[in-house]
Amino acid sequence: MTYFADVAALTRKDLKVELRARDTLPAMLLFVLSTLVVFRFALPQGAGDDAAYGLLWVAIVFTALLGLGRAWVPEQEHGVLDGLVLAPCDRSAIWFGKTLATLAFLVAAQVVALPAFVLFFAPLDATALAGVVLADVGICAVGSLMAAMAAAGRARELLLPLLMLPLAIPLVVGGVGAAVSPEGERYLLFLALYDGVFAVLSWASFEYVITE
Amino acid sequence: MGLAIFLALLVAPEDLDQGVSQRIFYIHVPVALTAYFCFGLGAWKALVLLWRGEERYDLESYVAIHQGTIFGVLTLVTGSIWAKASWGHWWLWSEDQLVLFLVLFLFYCAYFMLRFSLEEGPRRARSSAVYALFGVVLIPISFLAIRLAEGLIHPTVFTREGPQMSGSMFATFCVSWAAVTLLAYVLYRVELAGKRLDTDLRELREALQ
Repeated sequence: MTYFADVAALTRKDLKVELRARDTLPAMLLFVLSTLVVFRFALPQGAGDDAAYGLLWVAIVFTALLGLGRAWVPEQEHGVLDGLVLAPCDRSAIWFGKTLATLAFLVAAQVVALPAFVLFFAPLDATALAGVVLADVGICAVGSLMAAMAAAGRARELLLPLLMLPLAIPLVVGGVGAAVSPEGERYLLFLALYDGVFAVLSWASFEYVITE
Repeated sequence: MGLAIFLALLVAPEDLDQGVSQRIFYIHVPVALTAYFCFGLGAWKALVLLWRGEERYDLESYVAIHQGTIFGVLTLVTGSIWAKASWGHWWLWSEDQLVLFLVLFLFYCAYFMLRFSLEEGPRRARSSAVYALFGVVLIPISFLAIRLAEGLIHPTVFTREGPQMSGSMFATFCVSWAAVTLLAYVLYRVELAGKRLDTDLRELREALQ
């Protein structure tokens, strides 16, 4: 099973780099907490809980974009990406490793953000949390691919949100639905469908995006 | 096209519900269908590019998506006009099909941003192709998403029982659809030829220097 050994090695590399550099994760944490505070003031007095869930999802998406924007930077900076492409591993393992690492960062940021949300705004039940987890997988899977595409170009920080937001819309629908609707399970199934379809598509197409 | 417009305005009987404003349907629906079709064609060419690796499919995919976006703008504009005339609002978020189309349109606008930020070459061709494929996969997913988010008063003319239109209206619709498709095809060929000439010219210039 060298494929999964490769993926594990790549994920470990990203996590170690982050542990030593400590730039992306604190930024994401601070960003999501500040955003939640801004939302506290953005919501008018009588706004119900539902509006708060909507804003939570906006915060999650933008935090994820922040994390993803920085995801491929280490690889770009030192020519690491060329090295990885030349390495005798399946190219899609690079995507897989990156996705898992970004997922870890996003979940870590949410471990702080979600309790803060519950404290400031409204409670989150199991369905809502499951929705968050599923949507995280989706964002990271598609986002890693889109970030790799954007990183190759000129206006990379500008480009990534443009590429990601239309793709993130179904995730937001799924996530908010899971939190708000009495039929939360349908939204969870939908999120699982999105994850399945787009993860497979991203996994398969990564090779084409990364090679010259 | 002239024949289609003539038929749409004069020959087809007035739809009882909406009167004259209904006639824009003969332009709006074919344009919308053509836009979807162009995006589909673009994605198909993209898939062939990834599969076969031949350079020429990149340009074909790009032109198809370009056409799709142009027709997309037309769809949104004609749709808004029709919406204002028949519902009294330029836009309604509660309408599935509208939101789906808007999301898709935004997605393909970003396609151009992606394309123009990358250096020309096989990498750009491949990245664009992958993105175009994501677009068509997004269509059913978005559709489900928006359906889950509720709403339904966009007139569904083609139901499972078949077209809910009278004979002459259907004939007019078909002529109109054929005309718009032909227009799209002509535009596609013209643009493709133009872009190919540009590329050839550029290569010649570089060779001469």
